[in-house]
Amino acid sequence: MAKMTLEELRNLRESKKKEMVQRDGDEKSAQIIIGMGTCGIAAGAKEAFDAFLDELNSHEIKDTRITQTGCMGLCFSEPTVEVAVPGMPRVIYGNVTDKVARRIVREHIIEKALVSDHIFDKPAADIIK
Amino acid sequence: MAYKNYILVCAGTACESSKGIALYKELEKELAAQGVDAEAQLVKTGCFGFCEQGPIVKILPDESFYVKVGPEHAKEIVSEHIVKGRKVEALLYDKEQQDQKADEIDFYQKQQRIVLRNCGVINPEYIDEYIARDGYAALEKVLFEMTPDKVIEELKDSGLRGRGGAGFPTGLKWSFTKNTDSEQKYIVCNADEGDPGAYMDRSTAEGDPHSILEAMAIAGHTVGANQGYIYIRAEYPLAIERLNNAIDQAREYGLLGDNILGTDFSFDIELRLGAGAFVCGEETALLASIEGKRGMPIPRPPFPAVKGLWGKPTVTNNVETYANIPMIILKGSAWFSSIGTASTKGTKVFALTGKINNSGLIEVPMGTTLREIIYDIGGGISGGKKFKAAQTGGPSGGVLTEEFLDTPIDYESLQSIGSMMGSGGMIVMDEDDCMIDVTKFYLEFSVDESCGKCAPCRIGSRTCYNILDKFSKGQGTMEDIDSLKELAQAMRKASLCGLGQCTPNPIMSTLNYFEDEYMAHIKDKCCPAGKCKDLLAYTVVEDKCIGCTACARVCPVNCISGEVKGVHLIDQDQCIKCGQCFDKCKFDAILKG
Ligand SMILES: Cc1cc2nc3c(=O)[nH]c(=O)nc-3n(C[C@H](O)[C@H](O)[C@H](O)COP(=O)(O)O)c2cc1C
Repeated sequence: MAKMTLEELRNLRESKKKEMVQRDGDEKSAQIIIGMGTCGIAAGAKEAFDAFLDELNSHEIKDTRITQTGCMGLCFSEPTVEVAVPGMPRVIYGNVTDKVARRIVREHIIEKALVSDHIFDKPAADIIK
Repeated sequence: MAYKNYILVCAGTACESSKGIALYKELEKELAAQGVDAEAQLVKTGCFGFCEQGPIVKILPDESFYVKVGPEHAKEIVSEHIVKGRKVEALLYDKEQQDQKADEIDFYQKQQRIVLRNCGVINPEYIDEYIARDGYAALEKVLFEMTPDKVIEELKDSGLRGRGGAGFPTGLKWSFTKNTDSEQKYIVCNADEGDPGAYMDRSTAEGDPHSILEAMAIAGHTVGANQGYIYIRAEYPLAIERLNNAIDQAREYGLLGDNILGTDFSFDIELRLGAGAFVCGEETALLASIEGKRGMPIPRPPFPAVKGLWGKPTVTNNVETYANIPMIILKGSAWFSSIGTASTKGTKVFALTGKINNSGLIEVPMGTTLREIIYDIGGGISGGKKFKAAQTGGPSGGVLTEEFLDTPIDYESLQSIGSMMGSGGMIVMDEDDCMIDVTKFYLEFSVDESCGKCAPCRIGSRTCYNILDKFSKGQGTMEDIDSLKELAQAMRKASLCGLGQCTPNPIMSTLNYFEDEYMAHIKDKCCPAGKCKDLLAYTVVEDKCIGCTACARVCPVNCISGEVKGVHLIDQDQCIKCGQCFDKCKFDAILKG
């Protein structure tokens, strides 16, 4: 993308906003968002990332996106992962090891049930609407 | 198929002890008995914080939040909420909750995320996600709708104060730089973050790098600077990578560089890496380091805002200070100043660590109490131990004791009780922590980090350390206490920069609140917390020892002897005081003291 004008920036913002809303309300695709700050990575977020990828592949699931984000602030339960599956509440999982990552794919993504013992609460309401 | 409802039962350690598990079992039984176990999934969760109200049950997707739920309530929750879809009013935390929409319910959450608004939400490597969450809209507003004076007025009205420690009003600082005539001015971001236990700035730079860039560009336009530098320690490789990546993306979009968004405003940012010296966080030392010189402070005034980098007017602000600014511009000073206390507006990010169940990166409105932070958010002291003190302000700060648990936190309140806000490290200590030991740790840090330029800091901190070391070995005298007080006085008055001026703070603070602990070390030659090894001896209580040999087997230096079924003996000359025998003995036959 070349340098933007004011109008182009505004257009980009609007279209990206729509895209994000659409993605959240998407009927088909699920999202796995992994906290990848220094603390998350030190606690094994990269291993969790690989495990998600591997487990999704082995079940031939193609419509689930894995993305990364910064620190969610729940240092005591790193690695933390947010999972959004259409038709289910968005939840945050803590202490997501390789094993737990695979459980999340099997139980949450495929069987549509939450994974017990690993759910944590969001730290705060979002100020950007 | 997905379930219709999800019943989340808090089974964190605190709630577990207050019958979370019994409740879980009861709910499980009721779901089956009432034939709705296919409609609602029962899930155990980690600690929600808020433990004083536990056990807590949250029902998704409508986010009903039930508190103090006992096993006896299981039947009603299932029959009312799950079967009939009606909330059990008596158990709701906020009784008005039923009229609210799910996503407006944040009453039980003590946190408010302004600085961390995007951390853990967006992908920090994609500028588009930042833009989608109103990113660069504040820069837009500043470039096209506001005059520089209006920006400064807005910052002044907002009440924003520097988050790097000293709490200087940001709008005022910017106005000094703006009002100083110069062809060349600079914007600097202080991301040095040297306090032990602090990682707020690192997390912000890693999780939301563009918020810093946007604010620096706003500062540049406001004061008339075209170049910015972010001074960050080389020990933060991921933050450096994300910031560099963000700078590249912003340049590509024309949000940094020449003629931003087609205006005649040009501004660019570069990183400067520090080698991790604490003193380089002090602004004049930091600027010297950017210039390629040895990082040592120089006397102020002149302040950097007027005469800074290469002698030019320079705005120096902390990462967190910057991260607030786009939101203040977008939402307005009135919004920002409605949050916080009379003297201190907005929020503060803390790195909550130490003996706490839920350690973490938290952001709370100014005026939140220590009790809310430690018990509601932090989930209480780990291992069910007793709270002793929280340390804030790192090597420049002091301790907050139990009597201040309910003091609303802001710059002034912390200062008046002998601590300080600092940059946001908060280390929680329990009854097992010795205040002399903790203070010695901070002094050792200050001795190491003193740049050596001025004598009060260089010699004073070493002398203080030596005295504390004597205390911890049981060799202290009452005269030493007087010497400490005199040294503190001299260092505060005569040191060149904040490092030396504040080095005595941890001593004076602990001496004030834990005098009896100092006395125990000096007069009784004992360490009540059992931390100072030289004052500690482990001995066998003869009439309790049954000769099970467990202690002898666990001792790493084989200094415990004795026959099977005979009384054992610890060789005091060999003992390294590791305490393993004490922990191992099931018969309370080993005495620590
Ligand atoms: C020894 C010492 C270390 C400091 N370390 C930092 C630091 O790591 N980060 C920071 O932002 N400010 C630090 N400061 C404060 C800075 O000198 C300066 O006040 C601050 O960067 C100004 O930004 P603010 O007004 O946004 O807080 C330190 C001060 C002293 C005396």
